[in-house]
Amino acid sequence: MRALRRRVKQRGVPMAKAVDRLGDDQNNSGLVFSESRMTSATSQVPDELGRFGPFGRRFVPETLMRALEELTDEYLRAKADPVFAEEFDHLLGSYVGRPSPLYFAERLTSEVGGARIFLKREDLNHTGAHKINNTVGQLLLTRRMGKTRVIAETGAGQHGVATATACARFGLECVVYMGTEDIRRQQPNVHNMKMLGAEVRGVSSGSCTLRDAINEAMRDWMASVASTHYVIGSVVGPHPFPMIVRDFQSVIGSETRRQCLETFERLPEVVVACVGGGSNAAGMFHPFIDDGEVRLEGVEAGGRGAGVGENASPLSFGQPGILHGSFSYVLQDVDGQTQDVHSVSAGLDYPGVGPEHSYWKDTGRVHYTNVVDNDALEAFGRLVRTEGIIPAVESSHAVAHACTVAAGMDPDQVVVVCLSGRGDKDVTEVSRLIDESSSR
Amino acid sequence: MNSPTTPIAARFTQLREAGQMAFMPFVTAGDPDLDTTLAVIGELGRRGVDLIEVGFPYSDPIADGPVIQASYQRALESGLTVDAIFDRLGELDRESTPPLVAMVSYAIVFRKGPEEFVSRAAASGFSGMIVPDLPGDEAAELSTVVTDGGLDLVQLVAPTTPPSRLDGILATASGFLYCISVAGTTGVRDAVPTELAAQLADLRSRTDLPLAVGFGISEAEHVVSLKGVADGAIVGSALVRRLGSIAVDGEDRAVVLDRAGEWLDGLVEAAHS
Repeated sequence: MRALRRRVKQRGVPMAKAVDRLGDDQNNSGLVFSESRMTSATSQVPDELGRFGPFGRRFVPETLMRALEELTDEYLRAKADPVFAEEFDHLLGSYVGRPSPLYFAERLTSEVGGARIFLKREDLNHTGAHKINNTVGQLLLTRRMGKTRVIAETGAGQHGVATATACARFGLECVVYMGTEDIRRQQPNVHNMKMLGAEVRGVSSGSCTLRDAINEAMRDWMASVASTHYVIGSVVGPHPFPMIVRDFQSVIGSETRRQCLETFERLPEVVVACVGGGSNAAGMFHPFIDDGEVRLEGVEAGGRGAGVGENASPLSFGQPGILHGSFSYVLQDVDGQTQDVHSVSAGLDYPGVGPEHSYWKDTGRVHYTNVVDNDALEAFGRLVRTEGIIPAVESSHAVAHACTVAAGMDPDQVVVVCLSGRGDKDVTEVSRLIDESSSR
Repeated sequence: MNSPTTPIAARFTQLREAGQMAFMPFVTAGDPDLDTTLAVIGELGRRGVDLIEVGFPYSDPIADGPVIQASYQRALESGLTVDAIFDRLGELDRESTPPLVAMVSYAIVFRKGPEEFVSRAAASGFSGMIVPDLPGDEAAELSTVVTDGGLDLVQLVAPTTPPSRLDGILATASGFLYCISVAGTTGVRDAVPTELAAQLADLRSRTDLPLAVGFGISEAEHVVSLKGVADGAIVGSALVRRLGSIAVDGEDRAVVLDRAGEWLDGLVEAAHS
């Protein structure tokens, strides 16, 4: 394998050449970066204080510090324990349905006319998205710590369903915090969670959405930490959460890397993933971080545009700050108050982003861009029409950007897109939006 | 670092000599407007409180319970800014106003820039800062900026804080220690837990800093139970909820202040007896 990887690196397309082919439209203006910036990112983060470069760390009340320290110790012990890894792998295979296929989107490729586009089919996982990779790992961790109650936050409901599912599988009590606005928008997932035995608690403070649900889950955890594990749904929050979630999601990138080597005998030129909090992207990118020749593209929700409150793109339009216990890029006003965000996709509708993404942005290792609502919806329709795959609206942002990138590349090159979830949950809303725009 | 000349230290020395506990109420800035906040601070001063914590409303306050969070939300919805808090509180008469302590999220301090925030706080008459989401591990840098600016950085100790963390917390603390009585967020509870005494005794053996207890104090009996084990009592949600009837129920400010003041008299008396 190591010999193969060396060979692959020699055969890989030089970075500068690949970059040149991507064109020079506005979204790609950040493409040219120095070699030294690019190589300064390493996969060996965070350090013991939870730092990804300057990002991450712990900005939480003292009440939570002992729990976070204990969780870190317990997780590191679990990570070093072959039995834990074996159990995790077994569940991923027999319960989640891994490995997920790396699928050649042939008709999409020929319509786009450029590099070959492959889809990493996380939509085929149990519960229909990548979220289950994390919740299964976290439930194993919960059981290992001897805790009997699990809490989670959810926005669109995907993480809530994945947590409720894993809790049912392990026979543990489950409470899911969800903004009342999201409960209204995502009724089917609320029913699913209840059917799975979870208690769904509505959160009616602030914007009544995901960020308020996280606040409420943290509050619950502060009072219940002795018996309760908080299964956070993305690579956000205080250390060790960004590290734990990334590690459990890294199965996406590890499989993709192996599948590429088996299929093409080399690594792909470009890997694309959507970024809300950023867990599918972190899991996809992390195994490629030290492969400098692979171009990594993170796609945020551009919403209706660059205006304040019109998007959910902290890496594009925000600045470093504190939110939910972590130092990372965030959309806030001049006082540090979190700004309202908008995206057509509930799963990307979050004002912050995982600290490792901020690290990758500032080191230049990952290029971040954003795709507006309408372009994501167009890509949604395009994938349905050409491949018979209904993608999640979140994943459609990545598909849209992958098509743009692939169009400027050669047919012998490969672009991999993380298709993080399926879009059954979005069909009604997308139909409504299409009707709305066609009647305008 | 714990200069005896700061107004907070001076106040605690004075109280200790008189054999009294400090009584510290918390008030949310701008709930529902800053005129009210100035009136409340004036009233608290007249009622004989020893220090006043001024909460800077924050959009995502994970350390606070529902009562204070709701007050933050009301203040922010009215368009409150950090600059406005500093401008208006700067109008207060320094002589008659007890030392003010800013209770503020690190999200706000970081965005403003620690140096800028501290210098504006000092210019507006604040004597100290409590940054509830900045644990000892991350506080070294801000601690220097705050003390260089002539202010105290008050640090929190939780019931869940293991002894191994205390040295790090104490290294960045000045003014007094804010001892959280129960795990969880701020809010009114029925009784002061008994495990607290042991932790306070342990802290006493490690530091000369005054120990103030907060989270869940709402009655004079709670204050009395702290006599001999703590140097101060903090009242937050119980007061914010009472003052909230100005905004929530549209009650007359003077009436609400009178009623809250009478209730506070009992607590102040308990602390000073």
